[in-house]
Amino acid sequence: MFFFILKRLAQSVLVMAIVSAVSFSLFNFVGDPVNNMVGQDATREQRIEIREQLGLDDPILTQYTRFLGNMLQGDFGLSYRIKRPVDQLIMERLPATLELVFVSAIIALVVGIGLGVYTGIRRKSWVSRVILSVSLVGVSLPTFIIGIGLIYIFAVYMRWLPSSGRSGTVDLGWWKTSLLTVDGWRAIILPAITLSLFQLTLILRLVRAEMLEVMQTDFIKFARARGLSERAINFRHALRNTLVPVITIIGLNIGGLIAFSVITETVFQWPGTGLMFIQAVDFVDVPIMAAYLVFVALLFVLINLVVDILYFVVDPRIRLGD
Amino acid sequence: MTRWERFKDNDIVWSFLHSPGAMIAAAITVISILACVFAPLIAPFDPFDPSQISLWDGKLPPAWVEGGQPQYLLGTDNQGRDMLSTILYGGRLSILVGLAAVCLGMVLGVTLGVISGYVGGVTDAVIMRIADVQLTIPGILLAILINGIGRAFLPLELRQEFAVYVVIIAIGLTDWPQFARVARGATMVEANKEYVQAARIIGLPAWLIMVRHVLPNTLRPVLVIATIGLALAIIAEATLSFLGQGIPPTTPSLGTLIRVGNEYLFSGLWWITFFPAIALVVLVFAVNLLGDWMRDALNPKLR
Amino acid sequence: MTELLKITDLDVEFPTRRGTVRAARGVNLTVSPGEVLGLVGESGAGKSTIGNAIIDLLVAPGRVSAGSILFEGEELRGRSEAEMRRVRGDRIGMIFQDPQTSLNPLMTIGGQLIETIEKTNDLSGSEAEKRAIELLEQVGITEAKARLSAYPHQFSGGMRQRVVIALALAGDPDLIIADEPTTALDVSIQAQILDLIKRLCRERDLGVIIVTHDIGVIANIADRVAVMYRGEVVETGDVAQILGAPEHEYTKSLIAAVPRADRKLDRFSSVDYIEGGTTPFKRIDIQTHWLGQSLRERKTGPAVEVENLNLSFVLQKAVLKQNRKMLKAVDNVSFVVSEGETFGLVGESGSGKSTVARLITGLYRQDSGTVRVNGEDVSSRPKSAAARAARRAVQMIFQDPYSSLNARMRVLDIVAEPIRFYRLTKTEAETRQIVGELLDHVGLGAKAALRYPHEFSGGQRQRISIARALASRPRILICDEPTSALDVSVQATILNLLKDLQQELGLTMLFISHDLPVVRQMCDRIAVMRHGSICEVSETERLFSAPKHDYSRHLLDLMPRMDLLGET
Repeated sequence: MFFFILKRLAQSVLVMAIVSAVSFSLFNFVGDPVNNMVGQDATREQRIEIREQLGLDDPILTQYTRFLGNMLQGDFGLSYRIKRPVDQLIMERLPATLELVFVSAIIALVVGIGLGVYTGIRRKSWVSRVILSVSLVGVSLPTFIIGIGLIYIFAVYMRWLPSSGRSGTVDLGWWKTSLLTVDGWRAIILPAITLSLFQLTLILRLVRAEMLEVMQTDFIKFARARGLSERAINFRHALRNTLVPVITIIGLNIGGLIAFSVITETVFQWPGTGLMFIQAVDFVDVPIMAAYLVFVALLFVLINLVVDILYFVVDPRIRLGD
Repeated sequence: MTRWERFKDNDIVWSFLHSPGAMIAAAITVISILACVFAPLIAPFDPFDPSQISLWDGKLPPAWVEGGQPQYLLGTDNQGRDMLSTILYGGRLSILVGLAAVCLGMVLGVTLGVISGYVGGVTDAVIMRIADVQLTIPGILLAILINGIGRAFLPLELRQEFAVYVVIIAIGLTDWPQFARVARGATMVEANKEYVQAARIIGLPAWLIMVRHVLPNTLRPVLVIATIGLALAIIAEATLSFLGQGIPPTTPSLGTLIRVGNEYLFSGLWWITFFPAIALVVLVFAVNLLGDWMRDALNPKLR
Repeated sequence: MTELLKITDLDVEFPTRRGTVRAARGVNLTVSPGEVLGLVGESGAGKSTIGNAIIDLLVAPGRVSAGSILFEGEELRGRSEAEMRRVRGDRIGMIFQDPQTSLNPLMTIGGQLIETIEKTNDLSGSEAEKRAIELLEQVGITEAKARLSAYPHQFSGGMRQRVVIALALAGDPDLIIADEPTTALDVSIQAQILDLIKRLCRERDLGVIIVTHDIGVIANIADRVAVMYRGEVVETGDVAQILGAPEHEYTKSLIAAVPRADRKLDRFSSVDYIEGGTTPFKRIDIQTHWLGQSLRERKTGPAVEVENLNLSFVLQKAVLKQNRKMLKAVDNVSFVVSEGETFGLVGESGSGKSTVARLITGLYRQDSGTVRVNGEDVSSRPKSAAARAARRAVQMIFQDPYSSLNARMRVLDIVAEPIRFYRLTKTEAETRQIVGELLDHVGLGAKAALRYPHEFSGGQRQRISIARALASRPRILICDEPTSALDVSVQATILNLLKDLQQELGLTMLFISHDLPVVRQMCDRIAVMRHGSICEVSETERLFSAPKHDYSRHLLDLMPRMDLLGET
């Protein structure tokens, strides 16, 4: 177990090293950092001064080591556009994004697995057929269209919920949460549903497919031949075996939530890191782009570590070795 | 048996002919692709011809709504362009970008995947680690990033002109790890089969075995991924354009149309967003339906 | 009333899009308590269908369309699912073929046993656990209490099958249906499991139905036998009568096709009841034909020399060499195969016999040692032109007729591939003609060339494989379990074909098999392998009459009794 985790940890470090190298290269290959800092009409002396300040004349490896060192301390430099430290900007906006992703993940997992199991067990019922057909529509709906549709129905037409922004936040000192007030929930519910819908349908279809696959196996046939009840077969035998492959995909899908939060945040003008990223791409604000890249990769790596540990809990073949 | 009868007797063809969903999906896909490809012949107006556009006709609702005019079936947009025509031209661009991006991702991914799976060892490790690292950055995010960098490289005056190619490359480059993984998995299964061993014993060189024996046998799962990938690529292009990162409004794709229309949604001009959105969803849904049927039909376990 | 189970006029149908398949037609069977009924037949005979029909677990869309199934005097047909659930496990137990997949991998052995015991016996937790331990001990598992918390993957195949049997016995059933219970196991384990089933049958006065394709299993365990052919029971009777004096034509040819362990026959008696048994196609005159040109390359001396061959596989990776778990798949193996002889490699699964074949053909690279083909060293520089040229004389026939042919290529292209690649003919027309003649010669007919592999049966596919091997004009043919995936009747025809080819072409043959009777019929000399090394090399008849090594003796003891089989 220890070595397994250690191995995974080593792989994660490698992944992070590569991602950080890529984000470092952004600085050097996308635009001229000096132009970005001082604008087109700076004098030659000003330029040289800034070059020295930034250490742009050092060997590339020195620059990378410096970048890594700064990164480990959470320092990604100043935003070209807003001229504020990037880590500060991210930390301000992080709670909004994480809360949105968290609520969406809960919706996607609970509803997705629930409906997936239902349609996997009641294969022939008409309810399952309806759920499946609707889920295929769900996979075909781009996130931004869902968002626009929900805004039009619930905010413009019915006027039940706010159409954009985050409100009702409570400052806990280190974290601004919107999950403690009714207003906050009213604001988060539409974006959260928007964000979760695509992943929800994916999880649903995956769980169902895995369930059907497990139902074909010999040990299910043998369990039937022993006269075990449908309940025992479905839940004790089939569901747990379904979960093993499902866990991996769900890990990937939560990463997907973070990605699509960029779109959801744009549609709902949700003040999170995704919205910041899109604006940064628009203005080629490299420090923010680089930091966001590293941040997303880090979250992803962490999620995958958790998934690996879950694997251990669920599957004795890995836990005890072959 | 005649050729046609034998063709009809094929399991996959039979399954297709007995699945109304698959047939409807195929019909919608084919009709949309044809409608878009022949847009210049079908569309009542040319939305790029200034002489056919008049601002006086702007913001007209669909023909059946009060105030609508019969020559503009689905109404007009803010600039007075016929909605039906812009949708046909926009869909054409969306499909083109989607197909090109999937092809790029498929060729790249399958080539690397088959090599990785057949050769193994260090080659395999390097290729698959790159794929792994790339998969840590979710696809759409990477597409935004590559697209953003690609545009930053181009001088301002060329950005609009080359936007389509940048989008294709951005989506294609994000797609390849999926294809590589599937192709590699299938290759490793096939490479262990005895027919490949037989080919090695005959003395065929590795490249010939890969091309003649392994590749054709990995195509089924790749085809399924490619169909679903086409749906995803069309969505990705629409998303990029919606975010203002993709195809510019001068030659709009479906995503650009939705983005432009979205600004008028609150003022009640719903048709400018609604019809392009419906067109996009129907197109993607049809492709997905086709992919879904294909996955079941090509999976021997479920038959 | 002495009958435990009485099946009368049973029909089972599988509606498919190409019409209804009648998997069982008018089947009549009886089983008494304390009796083992062997249900024997070849693939597609419908024997497994009968077992599944009894406990109402037919694979959809199959259904029983007529007849009755009386169990302890009660009709089982038309029972509700809930009623059947009380019959399954409680009164009828089932054992499946593959112990690797019959157990839930995520649940402990104890968990699966206790769950079943609680369902069938109404026992509470601690009593159920006590019963579970008893059951495990009865099926011969030691340290049963400690084993309860183990997972299936920690057990060997034979042990797992014992657990499966314990699970089938948990509800104290009166009838056990065992569907190919030993097919997935090694011969030495097979015998133990069969003994266990037989013992339980006698001790508990159980009725047992053994479904199998293996006449050897029948000879070892069955009291009575029912022979199935294409959905019908063609003959039922006492085991001695069926094996010794079969009456039905099908049974006769089936029995005749069984390889004799007790003596060597010149050829397998031709079996006329089975499709493809005769070879109506014209054969070619080897002396003048393209194929016979390799005869001129014939040399004297050793054809294959293997010297101190070693190969290890890494079982568990580790950074440090000493921490790696290695498996010695081939351990210092040496032997010489002379020109024109048939040399047998015999052993159980995992003995390394197939690995040796793959080392000779260059599919694997050895850790150390040398392989020489016709005197040329092909192992030290395998990519050199000389080694490639020498290795072209070696071709191989594989075990699995399904995966050994590329499903996406026409038979013509499969067989023509070596001819085209090495430009062995001058024109494409000549290539096509030769492919047709090769297909004729292996008994398939030239018309097969334009079809795809999936249109052929297992035996026919093996003939395609043979034609492909011949197209390289080999001098040495390696046959790796060429018939173990085939029915016995088909096996006989393929083995006859191989014998004919060997004589006509003077081929050197390396014949790999786990099946001693088959090896006895085919080989001049035999090497017995175990755990990667060779125990004994001996002339065939001497090995069977006077084995030197203990392990050879052990293997010979495990051969099915053939004394029930009559003279043919």
